[in-house]
Amino acid sequence: MDNESQYSGYSYKSSHSRSSRKHRDRRDRHRSKSRDSSSRGDKSVTIQTPGEPLLDAESTRGDDRDDNWGETTTVVTGTSEHSISNEDLTRVTKDLEESTPLECKRFIGPALGGCLSFFALVTPLAFLILPQVLWRDALEPCGTPCEGLYVSLAFKLLVLLISSWALFLRSPRATLPRFFVFRCLLMVLVFLFVASYWLFYGVRVLEPRERDYRGIVEYAASLVDALLFIQYLALVLLEVRHMQPAFCLKVVRSTDGASKFYNVGHLSIQRAAVWVLDRYYSDFTVYNPALLNLPKSILSKKMTGFKVYSLDESTTNNSTGQSRAMIAAAARRRDNSHNEYYYEEAEMDRRIRKRKARLVVAVEEAFTHIKRLHEDEAASSPKHPREVMDPREAAQAIFAPMARAMQKYLRTTRQQAFHSMESILTHLQFCITHNMTPKAFLERYLGPGPTMQYQQQGGRGRQWTLVSEEPVTSALRQGLVFSLRRLDFSLVVTVTSLPFLRLGEEFIDPKSHKFVMRLQSETSV
Amino acid sequence: MSFVPGQPVTAVVQRIEIQKLRQGNNLILGFSIGGGIDQDPGQNPFSEDKTDKGIYVTRITSGGPADVAGLMMGDKIMQVNGWDMTMVTHDKARKRLTKKNEDVVRLLVTRKSLEEAVKHSMGGYPRP
Repeated sequence: MDNESQYSGYSYKSSHSRSSRKHRDRRDRHRSKSRDSSSRGDKSVTIQTPGEPLLDAESTRGDDRDDNWGETTTVVTGTSEHSISNEDLTRVTKDLEESTPLECKRFIGPALGGCLSFFALVTPLAFLILPQVLWRDALEPCGTPCEGLYVSLAFKLLVLLISSWALFLRSPRATLPRFFVFRCLLMVLVFLFVASYWLFYGVRVLEPRERDYRGIVEYAASLVDALLFIQYLALVLLEVRHMQPAFCLKVVRSTDGASKFYNVGHLSIQRAAVWVLDRYYSDFTVYNPALLNLPKSILSKKMTGFKVYSLDESTTNNSTGQSRAMIAAAARRRDNSHNEYYYEEAEMDRRIRKRKARLVVAVEEAFTHIKRLHEDEAASSPKHPREVMDPREAAQAIFAPMARAMQKYLRTTRQQAFHSMESILTHLQFCITHNMTPKAFLERYLGPGPTMQYQQQGGRGRQWTLVSEEPVTSALRQGLVFSLRRLDFSLVVTVTSLPFLRLGEEFIDPKSHKFVMRLQSETSV
Repeated sequence: MSFVPGQPVTAVVQRIEIQKLRQGNNLILGFSIGGGIDQDPGQNPFSEDKTDKGIYVTRITSGGPADVAGLMMGDKIMQVNGWDMTMVTHDKARKRLTKKNEDVVRLLVTRKSLEEAVKHSMGGYPRP
């Protein structure tokens, strides 16, 4: 609950009920949205990637939140850091409910693959051991060639094991809506191979109790060879084929138009979507809904429409004529809102620059108050007993003078939703520990960083919806458009193929670089 | 005054006859030429078309034989004594003009004012 400490960051006045009601509304809206999309008929399927749904659900509430912690923080008491208000509690519970539940579906694929590969690796050993166990006396002894085969078998199995570990043993980072075609193909292939080998083994070796042990060892060696080749196929299909660039993807965020171009190879739509989302988190600046709207003062001067009266009695086909007339009249009327927009922008720039200057000066001054204590200094100055602090305390000590300037700057640039006071203190502590300058400390706040910077680790997953008109396992091709939707914005991806390059050759002899002066002579005759 | 390759060049010309003046050992005409197919046509201040590589009169000494004969600065020399001057090098033009065994040079020159004068005279009054 709220107490009177200076550090309770969210000391609301009377808005507990308001915030919790808002949480409930948001959750309901989210659920009804997903129901709508599935009934609409276009193929919208779900991609879940790890992460946490933290900020985008909250950031639209940023204006309401009371950020007066800068004004109330005067004295560092150090005793009341762990106060948590009601709002924190509701926020935490909402997070837990909204994040995607841990689905078993995520682990079925890797589990199946793991079983299959274990089975495949154990099979050659089983082929070798079973005859020894079952009919050892009847086997023909097999000397040096068998030993050579044993050694090669052992090494090939070792190589298979190590490369499987290196390539395939990774925790999955995304669940795709449809089956990953190549992976399924490979698993089916491995299964068929191993099954057919077992079949032949059962019929030809176990039944008649084959006595030629060398043949059995060669049979097992051929299985291991086949597995190595399948692994080569897997490497090519899963890892190598999509490395060579073939398409250029243009990714545009629907809300503010931030766009990037990427070169990808031959991928299916769902794999390309995962690829794009990987890049989205580190390349795109964070989505700030507070920056989208024009200031209300400009848009409120709407032109009042006027009514059009038709004098004749017929009422057919009047609506298009009416609207066209209104649009024409509106275009002719003088509109000064662009003027106001221009001046508003200039004023906003000036304000931001002023606040930034104040912030920079405040931070620089704050950083001059502390300095790092070296080992030898501690012992050699007993007459100046200075209080020795750990980084956390040092951060708290110098935070107070810069807090107000920081809060004002964040509010002007509409970033206050992304940085809580706690996060600023943690960052300050981090910078002090690593001997960073004030400029390095401020780098995080002076510009919008990539979305990854604002994520919190250890979440359950980020829900993205892939909306496309084609089946999502089809390959990319020229002119395809699909979009990746989240709750309040979407990324529209357009595919164009890279142009075919016709490279010609021209040889220039280094001795052929010769020059003459331009002539303009005048002769008198 | 520009030309289209392959088509005959049409121009309104004026015939000017200059008597060479003997000055010591030389026969001088009293003007300077510029241009030629080996020169840079963009530097020519008198030509209308900056790709024109013809021979132009760049300077006239006042009182000299050329001035007396009526040659004007900026004229393009089309022929000298029957020899063509529209496609010659600068040096060749100089040589054609300074032949020691000729006393008189008969030039065909063209200038913009000639064309306009002809146009006015032809278009001004209807033919009877």
